[in-house]
Amino acid sequence: MATFGSLSLLIALALAAYNLLAGAFALRLLATGQPARISPERLAETARRAGIAGFAAVTAAAFALVWSVFANDFSITYIMEHSNRALPGAYKFSALWSGQEGSLLLWAWLLGIYGFVLRLRHKTDVRLYAYAGAILAGIQVFFLAVLNFAAPPFALMKGAIPEDGNGLNPLLQYPEMVIHPPMLYLGYVGFSVPFAFALGALMMRYPGEKWIKITRVWTLVTWLFLTCGIFLGMHWAYAVLGWGGYWGWDPVENASFMPWLTGTAFLHSVMMQEKKGMMKSWNVWLIFSTFLLTLLGTLLTRAGLVSSVHAFAQSSIGTWFVAFMVIVLAVCIFTYILQRKHLKTEHHLESLVSRESSFLFNNLVLLTACFVILWGTLFPILSEYVVGNKVTMGAPWYNAVAVPIGIFLLFLTGVGPLLPWRSTSMRAIKRNFVAPVIALWVMAIVCLLAGDRPWKDGAFDAGNFYALVAFAVSAGVFTAIVMEFMRGAAVISKQTGRNLLVGAWLLTRRNTRRYGGYIIHIGVVIVVIGLAGAAFNRTTESEMALHDKMTIGPYTLEQVGATQDTNPNYDSQYALLDVSKNGKKEFQMAPEKRVYTVSMQPQTMVAIHSVPSWDLYVVYEGSNPDTGQPIIKAFLNPLVGWIWAGLVILVFGTLIALVPSQQPAAQKGGQ
Amino acid sequence: MATPLRFMFWRRAVEAGALAVVLCFSLGATDAGTRYNTLNHHLMCTCGCAEILGECNHVGCPNSTGELRELRAAIEDGKNDQQILDIFQAKYGAVVLAAPTAKGFDLVAWIAPFAVFAAAMLGTVLLVRRWSVSNTQLAAAENDDPAVAKLREKIRRETDTGNDGGY
Repeated sequence: MATFGSLSLLIALALAAYNLLAGAFALRLLATGQPARISPERLAETARRAGIAGFAAVTAAAFALVWSVFANDFSITYIMEHSNRALPGAYKFSALWSGQEGSLLLWAWLLGIYGFVLRLRHKTDVRLYAYAGAILAGIQVFFLAVLNFAAPPFALMKGAIPEDGNGLNPLLQYPEMVIHPPMLYLGYVGFSVPFAFALGALMMRYPGEKWIKITRVWTLVTWLFLTCGIFLGMHWAYAVLGWGGYWGWDPVENASFMPWLTGTAFLHSVMMQEKKGMMKSWNVWLIFSTFLLTLLGTLLTRAGLVSSVHAFAQSSIGTWFVAFMVIVLAVCIFTYILQRKHLKTEHHLESLVSRESSFLFNNLVLLTACFVILWGTLFPILSEYVVGNKVTMGAPWYNAVAVPIGIFLLFLTGVGPLLPWRSTSMRAIKRNFVAPVIALWVMAIVCLLAGDRPWKDGAFDAGNFYALVAFAVSAGVFTAIVMEFMRGAAVISKQTGRNLLVGAWLLTRRNTRRYGGYIIHIGVVIVVIGLAGAAFNRTTESEMALHDKMTIGPYTLEQVGATQDTNPNYDSQYALLDVSKNGKKEFQMAPEKRVYTVSMQPQTMVAIHSVPSWDLYVVYEGSNPDTGQPIIKAFLNPLVGWIWAGLVILVFGTLIALVPSQQPAAQKGGQ
Repeated sequence: MATPLRFMFWRRAVEAGALAVVLCFSLGATDAGTRYNTLNHHLMCTCGCAEILGECNHVGCPNSTGELRELRAAIEDGKNDQQILDIFQAKYGAVVLAAPTAKGFDLVAWIAPFAVFAAAMLGTVLLVRRWSVSNTQLAAAENDDPAVAKLREKIRRETDTGNDGGY
């Protein structure tokens, strides 16, 4: 199987190279009109078919690796290092992305899938798709070259073949880890497609904005995958790492967040180009940057440039990625300089207080947030280089710098939809903003009365202050969005004689993109409320003998048993805790600590009881070596469930935005 | 001689301001328990796990227990927050602090994000204002014709409905 896999990768590289070269040559012939022995259209078609065949070859390689994992073929170094016989079936799939070579193969395979779909849909616009297909082939050549020459997944073991493998990293042996990395990769890799279209459209001086409409679905789907990937990662960190949080500003987390920010900026500013013919250069550079940031993210993960808890797949392929990024950047700059006249804007902004301006400011804030995170990620390297002193950029720095920017962005989320295009009057501003501003102040007063005070014991409490502002702004933004819905729904309701709820649904169906977007914004508001809850986290820790009790918030935890268990994959210790509220037993929790047999690495299995107002989060920290009693750490984390609920709303909104709008019956009849 | 003195004054002023912001946003707790929790979130575990000291929970960590013990002892000794951070920095190096200090080159870490944000905002406001002035001049020239003004108003109304697929 190793030979089959290696051969498949080699064939895939040859096919991708042919796709790139033949495609580029054919497009050059078509652009210049030079006579040639072979018809350029036929040459381009062979390139397209090579791309499809290349996908089949990469699929064969991915299949070979998965097959080898299931067959426990420890003659392959990668399988020996990332799997073992006792590994459960679902996690054998995870072995595909648990190490460097496998995750690069996953990247190449996902790029193959995107390319396959793109090439099948080529009739939408044959020439533009040919450009995009050739650019995707160029990216694929890079990944396949790395897989063939720098990080081969089918490299064979030297010497005797071991009886069993080293096993999968215990941190990855969790159900979400079967979904989180592929989702994240689908997002990362997916941004190659809008990048390919943007670069292709610029190269061929594509007339009009149709390419943006073509790529809209691609971009939105990719963004959705990246969003889900990031949130799944947060949930995994929350449920597995056992520190009570979900986001630690780790460089690798940051690496996934940066392209999300620029991708989000692109999704907003692209509407300005569609509607007004503005921000063309800006949009092109946004998508270029997003793609480059996905490469930077991979570089950070692989090259060990920065220290990270995710540093389980490091190697020397960083040089390859740096070289590729330089090439991509050079191609982008060269193409932009050559074709920049094609990107001349058709209109300028007319007023500081308009929908256009809000889009512009929203973009600026998103890009500033991206810069802040990039700065925070790379500053330790810069500091070491300049003054020879390595520093840590941890959560306190990000909380002080990034949180205010995030709150300002949330504020713009509410303001933007209330402003009309072009310009507005004071009367319109008053009419649209009165209710949201009232909601904002009412929420601020309610929070203050409920005990969310920015000053505690005479000292300023930044966490409480930010939470107060976040709750207040969220209330304002939520009111603004609901008002927008209700205003439109009332008109539809009046026209059709249906109730407001049906009116809102019909309104959404008539303009799925706009109202889907508003639903996404509601999801963001819900997520922010959940994040703000972190300011009120409580924690307590205690060694608990049998029938010892611990109190946190309204809950009392009583230890009713501490025991051990074993299976072929791991040994575990866990405590049984009866949880009561107001003196009445409510439920039982069983936090666990595992030690994996092969790797001898420990892992926390947190017990979580989630209700809308908070999570009771209990960690088995280990046992006291002197007494043998379990040490239990309990957290009461307010509003965490809102973060995951917000994601569900966000996904729902995105799906709505992906559905084509339905035209009203009157318009249909008139056509 | 006056220039270096002035430079020093401004440098000290900026450092003092940044220090005030950092302390305001990070420290300030008064009772020992709260101070312990706050400070252990401003220090890193030095075992290489890249986790905040107060959140490092891996079994058998060789460093975190000792660091936490030192922190508790320093608080009990009556040292203030800054003195405790200085002691840790002297012993373990700057990497033990979860955020850079507000001195020397570290100051750049705090200033750059806000400077970039302010510059971007200012630049955009000035650009939009310049565009809006030139548009107003153009519109004033066009507004002499009532037919153009009528057409403009019609377009404004129609583009404001939002029923065209965008926001």
